Amino acid sequence: MGITFRKETFRDDFTFSNSPEHIRRFPFPFHEDSYMYAVNIEPHVLGPKGSVLENLIDVDEHYVAEMQDRALVLAEDPLRCQSLPHMTLAGWDLLELLMEQQALGYPEHFTLTRDGDKWRWINRPLGIDDSFTFGDVSTVPYGPMEYITRQSQGDFCILDQRDGNLWMDAGMVTTQADWSLDFDIGMNFFEWHAPVPLAHEKGIFVRALKFLTNIQQGKPARRLNWTMTINPRLDTSPENYHKWGPDRATVTPENVGDKVHLRVELQSFWRLPRSNGIVFPIRCYLIKMDELVTQPKWARRLHRVIRDLPEELANYKGLTRYRATLVEWLSKLDDGSPTSPGFGPD
Amino acid sequence: MSTGTTKLDVVVSDVVPVNELVTRFHFRRRDGQLLPTFSGGAHVVVEMRDGERTRLNPYSLMGSPLDTREYTISVRRDDAGRGGSLFMHRHVRRGHEMVISYPVNLFSLDLRARKHLMLAGGIGITPFMAQTAQLAADGGNFELHYTCRTASLGTYADLLRQRYERRVRLYHDDRDERIELDRLLSSQPLGTHLYVCGPSGMIGWVCDRAAALGWPAETVHFEHFAAPQPGAPFDVTLAVSGKTIRVGEQQSLLEAIEAAGVDPPYLCRGGVCGQCETNVIAHDGNFIHNDHWLSEEEHRSCKKIMPCVSRFEGRSLVLER
Ligand code: FES
Repeated sequence: MGITFRKETFRDDFTFSNSPEHIRRFPFPFHEDSYMYAVNIEPHVLGPKGSVLENLIDVDEHYVAEMQDRALVLAEDPLRCQSLPHMTLAGWDLLELLMEQQALGYPEHFTLTRDGDKWRWINRPLGIDDSFTFGDVSTVPYGPMEYITRQSQGDFCILDQRDGNLWMDAGMVTTQADWSLDFDIGMNFFEWHAPVPLAHEKGIFVRALKFLTNIQQGKPARRLNWTMTINPRLDTSPENYHKWGPDRATVTPENVGDKVHLRVELQSFWRLPRSNGIVFPIRCYLIKMDELVTQPKWARRLHRVIRDLPEELANYKGLTRYRATLVEWLSKLDDGSPTSPGFGPD
Repeated sequence: MSTGTTKLDVVVSDVVPVNELVTRFHFRRRDGQLLPTFSGGAHVVVEMRDGERTRLNPYSLMGSPLDTREYTISVRRDDAGRGGSLFMHRHVRRGHEMVISYPVNLFSLDLRARKHLMLAGGIGITPFMAQTAQLAADGGNFELHYTCRTASLGTYADLLRQRYERRVRLYHDDRDERIELDRLLSSQPLGTHLYVCGPSGMIGWVCDRAAALGWPAETVHFEHFAAPQPGAPFDVTLAVSGKTIRVGEQQSLLEAIEAAGVDPPYLCRGGVCGQCETNVIAHDGNFIHNDHWLSEEEHRSCKKIMPCVSRFEGRSLVLER
């Protein structure tokens, strides 16, 4: 079988779109008609077949295009990928995790063969067939983290754990929602979360940190986060604000359906075995309003969520400029009937 | 989220007496697969089915993290303890099927260190066995100082000397050899991290001297599994589950809560990880806090307890569980 990879762009002419099957598997993040900020962490275990949780590391029809977009971002700005010297071992941990999971979930596309520390990795969608020595940096074309994350969808933050805290000491971050690895590198958990509003309730963060530092090998966890993006841009970094910031003023009643995208991040948290670090893969899913409202339940519910969102949160998520236009457009699709519980479409 | 860690089904593949107090146990996976990779300093929690009761003890993995065909632990027999180590020594034989946890590391190397200075006392040598193997394989810079009562109780001392020669320094109590701690700590290059594992007196001494000599706290790492201490039985009411239970003399509070069918979180069962922290709702009596997790202030406040190692003496105790 295998996945049919789309040819599409996330910049300039923005040809990105989701196939009908991919619309149905979109990780819609609202399980009820309102949204409240919460540390909604749960075990990262396999979910239903056909969902984005069918495998613990998801590969989908956007894989090849996303990897091409990443290469473009890196060519312009190599600082999107950084690893402090003590994090190389964690990079090997991540390489092992991603190769194992991708090969396990998608054997028709990826193959990993190991003979002791002699490894062979075949990535058919990207046309890669490399043999290397696990642990020997001189045998891979980039550092181990960069090598594998140029071949894996989503951003990756690798955290060192020490002094009861987590430190953002390595990462590959090219598809982020308005934050910057170059700014956060070397910071600890409290430092890099400092800008989040409504969380002056510091207790949430203390509890979240305690949970994360206790993540155990073999027991990953996950949470969903969401925001909205105008045009299907993967790269909405602060460095490129001048490119995507002005997009927000371009939303009109006529183009809402095509321009406004719900952006959902599936964040998972894994303990790395050799380095004892933690990795957060942050996998980004985009869907335009026209696609989303093909599922009537999602249309009704999203209308209610966006309409009732507290002002500060709407500001924080950067929705202010086009919120009214969006709510007006969505309201036409909300007949007021109840929505069924749970995330999935009806 | 469920508690503890993922479990591994293992079989005891070898039991090797090391000296008059210490025995080494080897585990392999029952399904013949490799065991999970781990990092130096990690421990596993070993489940012992001792008749009616289940004992859960943490032991450091002492093999090389580069070889995960088997895990090895070393158990020091504690005749005055609560019986876990005696059970291992008396009842566990080759071929025994057991359940252990995935590795957990609460004593990991700081990989930024330019040099790793390790101080071990007695059976506290075990986490360093794995850490030195890990560092040696990678050209890491370390120095190990190991104190033991007598040469014959210097568990693995010969092996370590043979493997690492002058990077290992031995001290024998019966020969009145002492670590010259102040000199040692004052002569380290910048960027050195200090690791200590051994009896609590030794850990306290090393940490105090390091602080006094200006070592930043984040460069000093220690591991001390306080085994739960036996003590007078006491009664506890669990408010959430609505049960009243008795904690026996040889039982820890955590074990008593588990025996009552409540499934509280834990990781280390040694008072260091913080996972089992529980709120005290009401009490009339005194706490015997044996943990290394709560601050002194929290100990004094009597609002929290770590049930894996701490006890209570008095009339009544109500916990939020
Ligand atoms: S289980 Fe770790 S402190 Fe109690």
